[in-house]
Amino acid sequence: MVPRSADLVCHISQELPIPLAANFTCKAGEVLAVVGPSGGGKTTLLRMIAGLTTPKDGHIQCGDTLWFDAQSSLSLTPQQRHIGYMPQHFGLFPHLSALDNVIAGLDHVPKALRKQRALDWLERVNLHGLPDRLPAQLSGGQRQRVALARALAREPSILLLDEPFSAVDRETRERLYIELARLKQQLSIPVVMVTHDIHEALLLADKMMLISQGKMLQRGKPFEVLSHPHDEAVARQMGLRNIFDGQVVEQDIERNMTWFKLGDELIVSDSAPALVNEQAIRWVIPNQGIRFNAISSGRLCKSINKLDVLIESVLVMGESSRVIASVIGIGSMFNADVPTHLVDKLGLQAGVQTTIALKSDQIHILNSPPSS
Amino acid sequence: MDWQALWLSVKLSCFTVLFLIPLAILVGRGLAYYQFRGKSWLEALILVPLVLPPTVIGYYLLVGLGNQSFIGGFAEQFFGQQLVFNFSGLVIASIIVNIPFAVQPIQRAYETVPIDIRDAAACCGMSRLRIFLKVELPMVWPGVLTALVLCFSHVLGEFGVVLMLGGNIAGETKTISIAIYDSVQAFDFDSAGMMSLVLLLFAVSALALTTSMSRRLGGHNGATQR
Repeated sequence: MVPRSADLVCHISQELPIPLAANFTCKAGEVLAVVGPSGGGKTTLLRMIAGLTTPKDGHIQCGDTLWFDAQSSLSLTPQQRHIGYMPQHFGLFPHLSALDNVIAGLDHVPKALRKQRALDWLERVNLHGLPDRLPAQLSGGQRQRVALARALAREPSILLLDEPFSAVDRETRERLYIELARLKQQLSIPVVMVTHDIHEALLLADKMMLISQGKMLQRGKPFEVLSHPHDEAVARQMGLRNIFDGQVVEQDIERNMTWFKLGDELIVSDSAPALVNEQAIRWVIPNQGIRFNAISSGRLCKSINKLDVLIESVLVMGESSRVIASVIGIGSMFNADVPTHLVDKLGLQAGVQTTIALKSDQIHILNSPPSS
Repeated sequence: MDWQALWLSVKLSCFTVLFLIPLAILVGRGLAYYQFRGKSWLEALILVPLVLPPTVIGYYLLVGLGNQSFIGGFAEQFFGQQLVFNFSGLVIASIIVNIPFAVQPIQRAYETVPIDIRDAAACCGMSRLRIFLKVELPMVWPGVLTALVLCFSHVLGEFGVVLMLGGNIAGETKTISIAIYDSVQAFDFDSAGMMSLVLLLFAVSALALTTSMSRRLGGHNGATQR
């Protein structure tokens, strides 16, 4: 068995049967979210760490124990790796009760202690009074908890979660976020969580890794990745919609500022990557970097990066509204989610002209070539 | 009523399922879980006995297991026993003829075991044998039971292949189907009617059981997953 609190080091690559390349370290006590679209290789990566699939090349190590090494043809079985794994649909044994499902993961514990240990784990995941129920008699959230209890009851070296919240309803999901966030503080093992939901990664992960079509696009702290995406592909994966072309006018490296043009409008950004004047760039601004002027009061008079816009449409989607506005004289479309109460307060509606201000510290220049 | 023929048929059915079901579990599991080159051909080969006339299968088995064949010659040399016109030959023939009846339901049952459950079992630290006994078998047993019942009843009623390979030797190869044929030939309709009724009742019961099992398999594994 691997000593507890060991870091997970993973360097894998392969071209076939599906291309996949990933290099990362997940430290003990850290939650790493692997984020990407469906079919991007996330689950395959998780199965490789678990030993359920063998990569073609690379190595996987947990603490001092080598789990997989292509060069020496070493590959420990999932049983030998001693991991906690929660598959997407939980993988509960349908013919066993909740209690027996947890006991199934306790083969490392003396037989006499297993039942009590399993009951303790069910208590820890807030599943009281249901040990005798079959999985079919449990709700989605309860099943998820049984699967989590079973995975953790193994006292694993690492915990692997495959889309842990995808099979439960929204209300249960919100509750489970809080429970997992609480549980995270008690765990001293690496946790790798696969998800396609950026929101989950921002909420629960200490680090995130974006993966698409088998390639690792970017990794880092979730809010860093959100505010500083490497390139347009990452920005789009992160759900950022306001990506535009620009042309550098001037840079002040000492003050860390870049002035560039969007059409004829001058924009300033609080970042200064190595660029030259006149260089064509792509830049991005997240939702929270866009402020709308109140139609009546004109609050933005002292702001910089002001643009006159025409509101094309306002689509109310519950508590939030999607406002689409085009920059007058340029045509670039800004796409912002604004709280619905704010839309009413500011008097935003289709066909109205107003002003938006772009926060200079939220403008990020991408490492992507401008669109042709 | 030819009790000796009935007993021989039951004995033949028991031996067939005894050898065939473990083999079918192995093959059905492999076909359900793994993708490999030539899988479609293997699946087609398994189904061949379903579409070939029993006399054609009987002919090939007669040629393939006869004294002049490698297998027949080997059996005679080492066990002092020929395979044709003999009970052991009938067992081999019944196994071959019933492969699709055994493999198909078991393969279908294994296909309903979600990969999540297999992965979870391995990650729970269970050995392969324990996964088979504690996880897979409890989930696929309706398929295994269906295969068992289908094979047992099919062997009980097998006529063409048995007649081609075993002939009509009382106590050795004369099964209940052949006894019914003999009775009709001898205008003993009472005996033929009685034996036919036994086979009919058995067939209806077997089909009712397998239908119930199939329904149970469908609900059993699917209802708990989503």
